[in-house]
Amino acid sequence: MPKTVIAPEPVFNDETRLLPKKLVRARPLFDREILRRAIRESFVKLNPLAVAKNPVMFVVEVGAALTTILLAHNVISGVQGNGFEFQITLWLWFTVLFANFAEAMAEARGKAQADTLRKTKTDSMAKRLLDNGNVEAVPASRLRSGDLVICAAGDIIPGDGEVVEGIATVDESVITGESAPVIRESGGDRSAVTGGTKVLSDQIKIQITSNPGETFLDRMIALVEGAERQKTPNEIALNILIAGLTLIFLLAVVTLQPFAVYAVNSAGKGSVPSVVVLISLLVCLIPTTIGGLLSAIGIAGMDRVMQHNVLAMSGKAVEAAGDVNTLLLDKTGTITLGNRQAVEFLPCQGIEESELADVAQLASLADETPEGRSIVVLAKERFRLRGREVSHYQAQFIPFSAYTRMSGVNIDGRCLRKGATEAILNFVKEQHGNHSPELLEISERISRTGGTPLAVADGGRVLGIVHLKDIVKGGMHERIGHLRAMGIRSVMITGDNPLTAAAIASEAGVDDFLAQATPKDKLEYIRKEQAAGRLIAMTGDGTNDAPALAQADVGLAMNTGTSAAKEAGNMVDLDSNPTKLIEVVAIGKQLLITRGALTTFSIANDVAKYFAIIPAMFASTYPALEYLNIMHLHSPQSAVLAAVIFNALIIIALVPLALRGVKYRPVGAASLLKRNLLIYGLGGILAPFPGIWMINHLLVWLHLV
Amino acid sequence: MTPSGVLYIVVFFLVLLAVTKPLGLFMAHVYEGKRTFLHPLLRPLERLIYRLCGIREDSEQRWTQYAASLLAFSLVSFLFVYAIQRLQGFLPFNPMGFSTGHPPGNATPMTPDLAFNTAVSFMTNTNWQAYGGETTLSYFVQMLALTVQNFVSAAAGIAVAIALIRGFARKQMDTLGNFWVDLTRGTLYVMLPLCFVFAIFLCARGVPQTLEPYVKAKTLEGPTQTIAVGPVASQEAPKMLGTNGGGFFNANSAHPFENPTPLTNFMEILAILAISSGLTYTFGKMVGDTRQGWGLFAAMAVLFFAGVFVCYGSERAGNPILAHLGIETAAARGQPGGNMEGKEVRFGIASSALWATATTDASNGSVNSMHDSYTPLGGLIPMFNLQTDEVIFGGTGSGLYGILLYAVVGVFIAGLMVGRTPEYLGKKIEQKEVKMAMVAIIVTAFAILVFSALCSVAKFPAHGYWNPPGPATANLANDGPHGFSEILYAFSSASENNGSAFAGINVNTPWYNLLLGLAMLIGRFGFMLPALAIAGSLATKKKVPVTSGTLPTYGALWVGLLVATIVIVGALTFFPALSLGPIVEQFLMHQGKTFSMLIFPVWS
Repeated sequence: MPKTVIAPEPVFNDETRLLPKKLVRARPLFDREILRRAIRESFVKLNPLAVAKNPVMFVVEVGAALTTILLAHNVISGVQGNGFEFQITLWLWFTVLFANFAEAMAEARGKAQADTLRKTKTDSMAKRLLDNGNVEAVPASRLRSGDLVICAAGDIIPGDGEVVEGIATVDESVITGESAPVIRESGGDRSAVTGGTKVLSDQIKIQITSNPGETFLDRMIALVEGAERQKTPNEIALNILIAGLTLIFLLAVVTLQPFAVYAVNSAGKGSVPSVVVLISLLVCLIPTTIGGLLSAIGIAGMDRVMQHNVLAMSGKAVEAAGDVNTLLLDKTGTITLGNRQAVEFLPCQGIEESELADVAQLASLADETPEGRSIVVLAKERFRLRGREVSHYQAQFIPFSAYTRMSGVNIDGRCLRKGATEAILNFVKEQHGNHSPELLEISERISRTGGTPLAVADGGRVLGIVHLKDIVKGGMHERIGHLRAMGIRSVMITGDNPLTAAAIASEAGVDDFLAQATPKDKLEYIRKEQAAGRLIAMTGDGTNDAPALAQADVGLAMNTGTSAAKEAGNMVDLDSNPTKLIEVVAIGKQLLITRGALTTFSIANDVAKYFAIIPAMFASTYPALEYLNIMHLHSPQSAVLAAVIFNALIIIALVPLALRGVKYRPVGAASLLKRNLLIYGLGGILAPFPGIWMINHLLVWLHLV
Repeated sequence: MTPSGVLYIVVFFLVLLAVTKPLGLFMAHVYEGKRTFLHPLLRPLERLIYRLCGIREDSEQRWTQYAASLLAFSLVSFLFVYAIQRLQGFLPFNPMGFSTGHPPGNATPMTPDLAFNTAVSFMTNTNWQAYGGETTLSYFVQMLALTVQNFVSAAAGIAVAIALIRGFARKQMDTLGNFWVDLTRGTLYVMLPLCFVFAIFLCARGVPQTLEPYVKAKTLEGPTQTIAVGPVASQEAPKMLGTNGGGFFNANSAHPFENPTPLTNFMEILAILAISSGLTYTFGKMVGDTRQGWGLFAAMAVLFFAGVFVCYGSERAGNPILAHLGIETAAARGQPGGNMEGKEVRFGIASSALWATATTDASNGSVNSMHDSYTPLGGLIPMFNLQTDEVIFGGTGSGLYGILLYAVVGVFIAGLMVGRTPEYLGKKIEQKEVKMAMVAIIVTAFAILVFSALCSVAKFPAHGYWNPPGPATANLANDGPHGFSEILYAFSSASENNGSAFAGINVNTPWYNLLLGLAMLIGRFGFMLPALAIAGSLATKKKVPVTSGTLPTYGALWVGLLVATIVIVGALTFFPALSLGPIVEQFLMHQGKTFSMLIFPVWS
């Protein structure tokens, strides 16, 4: 295997690093500004109308209101010793506040981001081109779709559009966070520009494609702010589950009162637990942890996608990403580096490899294509042939044309050419050179392995072949392996012939490939997979990708792509990095795992709370139940209070987890489940025991009970 | 626990395991309409039934039509049983002259509320008995009303389970099969042949099968005694096999005419669980992956062993108060030791504990010992089995659809932790499935808890119709936590369509008859309808192909998850109530307190 020359690519060989740690615009979790905003919001959100959307927290708030009324009644009617009731009431309100805080934290992060974006939305003046060729200045907000505007260096692009004339460097850091300027030019796939970005050099003519209020920036602001946030299907289902559990616990606690009446009557001693204690039990049992954190998890999930510079048009799309069964990856640019590279010189018999390399390099000196450059580099690497300064020679460069299918240089009377094998053979014949059957043979051999042969001739002499090869990106094989471990099939899409496709596919390790694929084939493939019950994700940037992007369950459009592609997909990658799809899938999974983990944890927590509260409730009626007080809590009051406090504090303690998401490893479902069940299921059962025990002792130590 | 007792239980389980596959395979063939060895005999009869009833065998029903057929059939069954009971005085085969108004001797009159309760009870496969069979009902009622319901209510339960299985098995279809066809096949191919063979076996072991009047016998001491007989074997067989549990006699299978020998005892326990256990295999077979069925079986087996050994262990350990009085409670040659109160000396502790566990694992409700007399912990097991919706093998059909609903909940909670929309057997578990599974769990919890609460505190005026005056708790024979257990057990039993009882509570009053009847209706249809709704929704879905990213629903991890879901959901719902009943009673027993009408500390 000859030494290959590959541009260094980020290598993801650390298996835990499926989600790159360095996020483009990550804010610290507890940014001061965000905290301030979140704390203010948590009080605003106490509004019962807002809380009513969350059945679990609504029950807590109603409970808190009830204990407040009872407390007020006691104080007014002069009952002494309300310390316990006061503390319970306080902690019940804290429970609601903590849940509000979690949601507000998640929202505040989005809002802070939206503010930054909004600042760029200053109403700049646009130079609108009139039909008569003159330019008038209008506020950007008055531009309509179809208007033509001129933007010169230093101008802010007034709206989303397509470059129809010219080429310019544009600073898109507002949108992408990437400070390096990008090139935008008319025609092709790099013609889309986004409102709010800044032209750095040259002048372009832009056709506006969006109306005021519908621009990409507007949509982005709405998305990060969560203004358009709708509950995702899975979130709704989970809400039903926890509402159902709340109802069950409501039944269990409400009926406990008559049961207690019976117990007190028949035991002839003790008293029925007070309403405050019953409310405490209810609040401890209902799944407040997940109920309080559920919306925060959803918002934070969207936020995480955002931090990867991907704009998801809906939470549903992110959730679907977690469910994806098949990933369609374009070969060029996604699996391979996007350009063929020279990897090998194969001289004909009697020709020195170094001569072939020398001629090939000379013929490529003026060739600015990546293939051409890779030949220069390979020759340098193999034979220390320095890239010679072209101007030193009396050289005439022959550019590549579709007609001749070759390029080269005329230098010192020599005609050096490189090109398609047949074209070179024709050229040699014209030069009255020798026909070389060997050349065809080598050329065929290379084709068979998926490479591209590039024949080289010096006048009438056939020298040999340069082997050009698609280079699979570094670490790709491994990432595909991760996908397989997650149970996701990867399918490579390419326009190459099946032979070439198979070679690349096996090198990259993808599960399947679709060769000679037209956009129609792609669409059909997606439909076929979907009919078999699979969920498909794909990336695309061209207009002809649009139907497939729209059909796919997750369609990630490249920001550099055409607006048709961006409209069709349900996500846009601002970095235009197709491999991002893999990260998006991981984030989708992480979102679902976080929900499941906290739900399990929340339910498992209840076991310990029963052991704290039930013996405490009936201490006077059935002292025998003291056997259940396995934590040896100090007194009935300290037991109930400790459980309520634990229940409230655990919400705050889990806010970082809800916002960051549970750690995700790309392993199979069974081992993932085992690990999470151990941590959040078993951990959820055990954790409250020491927690409640410690709070109980703290309460006693502080003389609060 | 004695080695022989443990061996008895283990052998029982092995025999159950052995019948699971053949029975399950047979049922899969029956419900898939494949030919079985019984077809030459029964197929003409099946065709005749379809022709007479105007059933089109190949017409399929959507879930709503399937449910409507089920409800219609249940309503007709109820009305039929009610009418026959009320009219028994005018109908034949009534040698003892039972009637509704002024019954002979010490017989119980078949009042409207009792007839309502009994009709609901047999129609819902509960077989809660607020009456004593031999002192209330004519042979005609026993045979035509009750025995028939023993067959068809079981077949209806299996039909719903089959519909749910089809929901999992089918892809993008909106029908679930035909209720009438499933009902007919279940009765004809499953219940009838099994019961026929079993009844013959019982007759051979001494169970009576006669239409003659009760026998008058002169006892050794001189006075005459009336010995009740009747068409017992033909009712006993479907009673056990169809998880009905309503005894011909008041003493149920503790009566020597219902359960004469150790062999019949063993076979009757086996009959309780056989069909339900087989259905787990049917499930695996019909969804095309028998591992899935064994996964459910394994979860059931874990819960079964946990329950039976706690119950047996507690009964074996006996009552510490007696031990304290110097009474030998250890097993020894010639005496069983342990807690023998309320148990048949013929059967002993192990087989009684096994029966008590099995009958409440399933929705059977027959007894060969009196659960009321169990130690508190021993009695907690049957009660907790009921409260976890009888999914340990469970009732015919109801056990399977019950555990599948728990599987839906378990998959949904834990399935999220693998990072995908939860799916079970390739079907995505979404809003509708979660909602319906929760509805089923909530309504049964509602019936148990709210009705028990009502009966704990309700008071009745003098000269009222509903109940004797005074507190409802006056109907209890026992005080304290044990009395509370009796109430809680009654409503758990009714709501879960079990039918067994912590007797010692007078439930034949209009108040209890109505409330318990209501609980049975809620428990039956509050579970069946959501199960059918889920089936309907699942059938329309695509099947997601299995990958390594799919949560495996077989193997130890899954079994553990399913068991934990069942136990934790049940424990969280009922722990407060149970702590005031059997749990505190167990602690108090160790402190030397028991609860008869008097509370007396024996020692301490």
